[in-house]
Amino acid sequence: MSSQHTAPIIEPGHSYATVTDRISSIVLGKRTPRGWWVGLGVAICLFLLLQLAVTVLLVKGVGIWGINIPVGWGFAIVNFVWWIGIGHAGTLISAILLLLRQKWRTSINRFAEAMTLFAVSCAGMFPLLHMGRPWLFYWLTPYPNTMGTWPQFRSPLVWDVFAVSTYATVSLLFWYVGLLPDLATLRDRAKARAAQVVYGAMAMGWRGSAVHWHRYETASLLLAGLATPLVVSVHTVVSFDFAVGIIPGWHTTIFPPYFVAGAIYSGFAMVMTLAIPLRKYYKLEDFITMRHLDNMAKVMLATGLIVAYGYMMETFMAFYSGDINETYMIHNRWTGPYAVAYWSLIACNIVIPQLMWLRRVRNSVPVLFVISLIVNVGMWLERFVIVVTSLHRDFIPSSWGMYYPTKWDWFTYVGTIGLFLTLFLLFIRFLPVIAIFEMRGLVPEPGEQKKA
Amino acid sequence: MAQIFHRSTNTISRVSIYGSLLVLLVLSFALYGLSGSPYYTDVNLAKDQPVPFSHRHHAGELGIDCRYCHTSVEDSSFAGLPPTKTCMTCHSQIWTNSEMLEPVRASYRSGKSLEWVRVNALPDFVYFNHSIHINKGVGCTTCHGPIAEMALTWKANTLQMGWCTECHRQPEKYVRPRDQVFNARYEPPSKFHAVSAQGREYTDQDAMGAVLVKAYKVQSLTNCTTCHR
Repeated sequence: MSSQHTAPIIEPGHSYATVTDRISSIVLGKRTPRGWWVGLGVAICLFLLLQLAVTVLLVKGVGIWGINIPVGWGFAIVNFVWWIGIGHAGTLISAILLLLRQKWRTSINRFAEAMTLFAVSCAGMFPLLHMGRPWLFYWLTPYPNTMGTWPQFRSPLVWDVFAVSTYATVSLLFWYVGLLPDLATLRDRAKARAAQVVYGAMAMGWRGSAVHWHRYETASLLLAGLATPLVVSVHTVVSFDFAVGIIPGWHTTIFPPYFVAGAIYSGFAMVMTLAIPLRKYYKLEDFITMRHLDNMAKVMLATGLIVAYGYMMETFMAFYSGDINETYMIHNRWTGPYAVAYWSLIACNIVIPQLMWLRRVRNSVPVLFVISLIVNVGMWLERFVIVVTSLHRDFIPSSWGMYYPTKWDWFTYVGTIGLFLTLFLLFIRFLPVIAIFEMRGLVPEPGEQKKA
Repeated sequence: MAQIFHRSTNTISRVSIYGSLLVLLVLSFALYGLSGSPYYTDVNLAKDQPVPFSHRHHAGELGIDCRYCHTSVEDSSFAGLPPTKTCMTCHSQIWTNSEMLEPVRASYRSGKSLEWVRVNALPDFVYFNHSIHINKGVGCTTCHGPIAEMALTWKANTLQMGWCTECHRQPEKYVRPRDQVFNARYEPPSKFHAVSAQGREYTDQDAMGAVLVKAYKVQSLTNCTTCHR
């Protein structure tokens, strides 16, 4: 057994009171740390860039983006899939690891769920903006209308609407229900009247009675049960957006499992990207320990290998099929105009993450941080390769074309990162980043210290 | 520790949760009702015109054929609005001093068209062609309503897409014999009223519709691009 495997998921010496103090002080502390203000300033600048990009888009239309025939999807769909994938780690951590009784999830599930919500918010914007007339988004839902029509239920794009909106709803409920006991803690500890009222209203009258806890346990188990299939189904449906089409490079049966693995891969990379600065800056190393980083690295290693298998099978099937268009698709990825994106993706997603086999690497916080950033980039490149290289050269050479993102494509993308960071920083400041009451459950009983 | 909230907060929160659900529900029903109401669609609202032209008098009582004025309806997308000259074919002879008709004579003298208030208009993103409907056995009154009863013309149907698709999905329910298309007082076949088509008498729209759809090769076109090109 490695030392990390038995390493604690909460450092020794903590009691109920110290856990509560440490986590709630981030929210209730009088002084807002300067670093937070700097971070929020940067995030809001990027968010303003998004607002500018969206305003110009709404005034001028999607023509300001680089999309055109043959590449009609471009950045909007690349970013949509990237963001929605990132969200998956939160759901996996909160639902599947809860049902599997993996106690180490406790200290990362709260902010991972928040990450899910914010990532889904960013993701949801892209298909809506890509529609060109986002104010008519409700046409995607089946409702009695004057047109006498229903959405095209045979289209995976409609399944997507249901998959993503269900995902957003369940994630929100799960996150909020989990927050209730902590909101009550904040209400009880807050000194300022305004904080008492706001947290009190949000706590919805939680008093911590036995009945409340009983209902809480039932509700969170039910929601975990609801969310578990979503971990698999949402990105499966997203992959159908591609796999149901007949474009070479999309029309592949391996897409659903390979997309789901990729989603969890990128999600854990993002959790790590957020967790490492968070634990460092707020001195939460006692709660987010090396054991957590080690476990997350292993999950990334495993899902990364599944993704690698997916790339291999795509290549294998292209040649095995003997189909001239499929074969050309792989040739084009390897040597075509977007070959740089393809080989960077292989380096970022397959080659570099193999370093995590080494215990020394898994023990090094800075290296893990860099790897997690690289995987984030790699997973973005993967979606770029899937969307753009498949579309830009399909069956007929006369209809081939190139796709070049414009500055507005970049502004919108970078802008959503700003939106994400803004929401995340506000979350850190106003809500407990770690589930206080669940962490209390991890504090060993007196005399039990050794077993922890 | 003092209570943060008054007891009444419980009631207020319950009322606001269920109340907002109720408000949402009522609001969506209201919006749905509004979108189909004459307030929004102008259906059944007779519009004032520069000259109070009466279809009831001309098409109904006098029995002038629709095509006398709407000349291009059989071979063009647009049915055509008559130029003032068409009015003057009769009104240079009858009612020549009528005050009501002064704008018509003024228009004839000056060559400046009368500006009628549009009653039936489709949005620009809809492709619509009168001639194909006429030639496939869709009568004027099927869409334009009881035109022979309209003193001032009103819009008889919403012209909303749901109304279009009702016929596009099952044309046999609405199609009539070609020789009845311009009959402003046409009645579909019923137990009390037979209609002859293709050399037979019918007392049932379903039976006649099926035959006519076949004979006229009427297709049920419901692809989006049929109208949104």
